[in-house]
This record gives sequence, structure tokens and C-alpha cells, in this order.
Amino acid sequence: MNIVRTQQGSIDRREFVKELITACPDALIVSGLGSPSYDVYAAGDRDENFYLWGAMGGAAAMALGLAIAQPNKPVLVITGDGEQLMGMGSLASIGAQKPKNLTLVILDNGHYAETGMQMSHTSLGTDLVGIAKACNLDWAQTVTDSADVKMIAQHVNAKNGVGLANVLIQAHEYPKALPARDGVYIKNRFRATLGLEPF
Amino acid sequence: MDAKEQSLVHPWKDEIFQIFKTGGIQQVAYVPDAGHAQVIKQVHADKDMVGIPVTTEEEGVACVCGAWLGGQKSVLLMQSSGVGNCVNMFSLIKNCNFPFLTLVTMRGEWAEFNQWQTPMGRATQTSFEMMGINVLRADRPETVADVVSAGLDAAFLGGDAVAILLSQSLIGRKKWDVK
Repeated sequence: MNIVRTQQGSIDRREFVKELITACPDALIVSGLGSPSYDVYAAGDRDENFYLWGAMGGAAAMALGLAIAQPNKPVLVITGDGEQLMGMGSLASIGAQKPKNLTLVILDNGHYAETGMQMSHTSLGTDLVGIAKACNLDWAQTVTDSADVKMIAQHVNAKNGVGLANVLIQAHEYPKALPARDGVYIKNRFRATLGLEPF
Repeated sequence: MDAKEQSLVHPWKDEIFQIFKTGGIQQVAYVPDAGHAQVIKQVHADKDMVGIPVTTEEEGVACVCGAWLGGQKSVLLMQSSGVGNCVNMFSLIKNCNFPFLTLVTMRGEWAEFNQWQTPMGRATQTSFEMMGINVLRADRPETVADVVSAGLDAAFLGGDAVAILLSQSLIGRKKWDVK
């Protein structure tokens, strides 16, 4: 097997996600299953958060439909490298639509934390930033410095282009912070914040 | 429109588009199929609709759920071969009770020349039903509008998850111009 990346990222995922969400108070957030959903919940529960507990590979595509439906709101995906790898084709679909209000933040530790820290393809040669650029997103950047959270927040809030930040985080497992698993409840309270009836 | 395209034009396809239009559909996600081509063309030409080509059908499932989360009605168009790709993603619909409507052009059931289409074609209805999605079917041109309209109402008024299978016999035999 071709192990390319042995250097781990240094960014603390919980601190980074908390700072990002604090700096993007209007964002509609879709979080990918596993640790990213725990990180988003640990930053403080919000009605504007849609936590996925399954549907692996679907976070970015779900956010695409949401971003087209809500063009005046910033839409933010917070997911992991493994989840995004399973939905890699959705980067092409997003590049084809280019919704200006959509930002993808990949928390990349190069591993599947939920299942025992097996290496993911970002440790084995895959460059998600390169893929995002090749899919014609407006911007795509690797983030190694936690101070860049401000740059990402500016992109989210500006709603002036679709982009992807691949954030190199430590492969550290935090205690799980568990958001609600009732999908109907999460859906209805999310819709209520947009003035939509429960359904 | 060339001769080949002309042969694929059917009035029931215009009826499907009109039902989408009057039903307030604003997003149409699709993996293309010749049977959906006429509707896809009309969607892209309509300023109030967004056509969303997806690379694989399960992306479409997530995308239409995201549209509903944001307050828009969306449908997914695909071919029977794509239904199997969606199975785990259907859990999103089940867990969250998302209204869901998909139109599926069938292969592998009527004068099929390419037997690679047959296994998934034969398993299409079962795949939907095992994931809790209600299946309706249109076999004759004169029933398409009624069935699609009933499915749209069940989904977006009644909150159901509905798959409408458009029989291969509706679409006709695929022409194989063997050189």
C-alpha cells in the first residue's frame, strides 16, 4: 500500500469547529456522520444544524440541494475525509452548479476515527484540494494553520463563491458528544428556523 | 431535433413536465436516460427550475432531501440500473420522513437486448419496497399523467416516499444500429 502522508495535521478539531461556527452565526450547517457531527454539536447545539448519523457520502450533495433552495443563506458542510471520499462525485456535481453560498470544510485526519483509525485515501495519495480544483470549484485550499479559520469564515459569510477547505487536524479522538438522533426532530426544527412548516 | 431524437418524443413526457411545473417542482436532479431526455431538456429551458446532473443516483437522493430541508420541492429522475446505487442513502428518507418522489425509466423487462440491464431491472421494485418506498407503475401512455400526478400529491401533500416506474414498453425498443 502506498502510504504517502505520515505527517499528521496539528489543528485541534474541536477548537477549530467551535471558532468557525462562532464566526459564521448565520450558516446553515450539514455535518457528516461520526466525529464531525460530534464536533459541530460540541460547539453548541443550534437549530440551524442538520446532523447526519448515517447516509455516508451524502453530506455535500444534501448541502447542494439546500444551497440552491436557500440562495441568500450561507450553507456550510462540516465533514470528514472518509465521508467526503465516499461522496467524491458530488464535488463534480457541485462544480457543475457552483452555488455561491456553499462552503465545504473537510476535517482531514487521514483516518477513519469512528472505526478504529484505519488509514483513509488522503493518507494514501488522494488530494481532496486537487480534486476540488479539478471539479471547477471557485476556491480550494489546504489549511494547516488554525488562524486560517478567519479566512474560511470570510468565504462562508461573503457567499461569493463555492469552495472547499481541507483542514489538516490531529488524529486525536475526543469523547463523543452526541446530538439528537431523531431525524424528524432535526429536520423539523431546521425547517422552522427558515419559517417552514414541520413536514 | 434529429430523426433519432424525434422518434423518442412522446406526449406523455410533456405531461410529466407539466405536472412538475404545476406541482411547484423547483429542482430536478438526474442521471440521464433516453426516456427522461425530453423532460430534462424542458427543465433546463425553464427559468423557474434548476436541473442538477449528478454523477451517481445516491447523490440525487441526498440532494432532493437537501432541497426539501431548504423549502423547495425536488424530484429525482433515474434509470432502473441506478436504483441499487441508492439503497443505503434511502435511510435518509426513512429516518427523517422526507417527502420523496422519483421517476424511474425501466430496463431489463421488455424486449431487452442487453441482458446486463436485467438483474437490476428485475430487482428495482423490491429494492424500493425493502427500504420503505411506495412503488407506483405506469404501463400505458394514457395512464402516465394520472400516476405521476398521484405520486406527486402523495409525496408533497401526504409526505410519502414514492417511486414511479415507467415501463420499458412505454419507451419502446431501443434501436441498436450495429455496424
